[in-house]
Amino acid sequence: MTELSFPLAVLAELTHRCPLQCPYCSNPLALEAGSAELTTSQWKAVIGEAADLGALQIHFSGGEPTARRDLEELVAAAAAAGLYSNLITAGVLLTRDRLDALAEAGLDHVQLSFQDSEAAGCDRIGGYQGGFARKLDCAGWVKDAGLPLTLNMVVHRQNLAHLEDLLALAERLGAERVEIAHVQYYGWAYLNRAALMPTRDQLEEATAVVEAARERLKGIMVIDYVVPDYYARRPKSCMGGWGRQFLNISPAGKVLPCHAAESITDLTFDRVGEKSLRDIWENSSAFKAYRSTDWMPEPCRSCERKEIDWGGCRCQAFALTGDAGTVDPACAKSPLHEEMQALATAESGGKSGKAGSDFTYRTRKAGEAAAQKVPEPLGG
Amino acid sequence: MEKSARITITEDSVPGLPRGVKLRFDKQRDQWVLLAPERLFVLDAIALEIVKRCDGEASVAQIVNDLAETFAAPRDVILKDVGALLQDLADKRILSAGRAA
Repeated sequence: MTELSFPLAVLAELTHRCPLQCPYCSNPLALEAGSAELTTSQWKAVIGEAADLGALQIHFSGGEPTARRDLEELVAAAAAAGLYSNLITAGVLLTRDRLDALAEAGLDHVQLSFQDSEAAGCDRIGGYQGGFARKLDCAGWVKDAGLPLTLNMVVHRQNLAHLEDLLALAERLGAERVEIAHVQYYGWAYLNRAALMPTRDQLEEATAVVEAARERLKGIMVIDYVVPDYYARRPKSCMGGWGRQFLNISPAGKVLPCHAAESITDLTFDRVGEKSLRDIWENSSAFKAYRSTDWMPEPCRSCERKEIDWGGCRCQAFALTGDAGTVDPACAKSPLHEEMQALATAESGGKSGKAGSDFTYRTRKAGEAAAQKVPEPLGG
Repeated sequence: MEKSARITITEDSVPGLPRGVKLRFDKQRDQWVLLAPERLFVLDAIALEIVKRCDGEASVAQIVNDLAETFAAPRDVILKDVGALLQDLADKRILSAGRAA
């Protein structure tokens, strides 16, 4: 039995409202309504509880967190509680004055998303006309306010050809850090998998581009790189282990072990306000379900990597097999591993032509329709 | 926009923590940490002694002298440790460095 650890970081999804409609959004398919969101005072109470529980960092995310008018107040509450605050934004709703007010309130860091390296692709993938130009302005305001800037770039088959340009853009905008994250396939991205999956060659090229850029930009820009594990041999250490370091709070106050956990439909989640955050972290059935190693089946249980990757990703196991408690198919030890790789290879070919490149954009309506359909597991 | 260049730490550098990098005591886990964008570094006793002297006023030479005196250790050994740690932090973009006047 491993000793219970306490969360280092809390992801506060303040709202699911967002002007963008990215087809790989990490929000659940069933988006929560604005009317269900926690109030300012409820969020402030949660921020205090998170700090008491030992969290050191808070990420304000969404949806688009700047759609909340009380964001400055929440940032100030985080600063007062001693939490390091990070804003994860698409940037299109911000103004220079608002950004300055957030900096004044004690914001520590801004992560700004770019969907592509140029306007046409960026605005098409995000489903928001004029977004690219607004993002460029926003990056300048962040730098002018003296805040550290990270550019977040989610990459996939339809923008990987621009990876060099994406890195050049980040350098030009003065970002200290860039996150190049391949799409992870849950929820919306799972729905759009055939339009997003890169080919194995694209993945290898991307990795080479990132490695060369890391060398060239040493000491100038830090590059974090997240690979897609459909082509991997070992799964990722998802969230550093279920319920070990991280918790996520949904706009309506549901407490989740990760942002995709609601895709596992047989879990139930407690809400802030009904129980203390500490009680939820320590005792809620959703957190206990896959915490540590006791839940593991073979081949995980006797694997020498069980406390390295913690069994990979529960949401991915569920999406691909219908059972969140089974081995993640991204692991070569899974009986479904080869089938998963074959699926990725087939989808990455975009064989169905134009239709294979069309997105189902993230809208409430599309989400409601898609949430009704049960995904077809592998091996069926 | 002007492109940034890599910082090279020398004895004349004046290191400091830039906006967005914070030294904190983590009560829950009884350790000192450096909080930075999407990252967290747990500082051991030696790293803590170095980082807490990075106040944007003392030069690396002054920091090294102070540490050599405080811990009665050879200056060249301290200089090597301090230089390596600060260069690493600078390369991670979580250290600023001015120049001694």
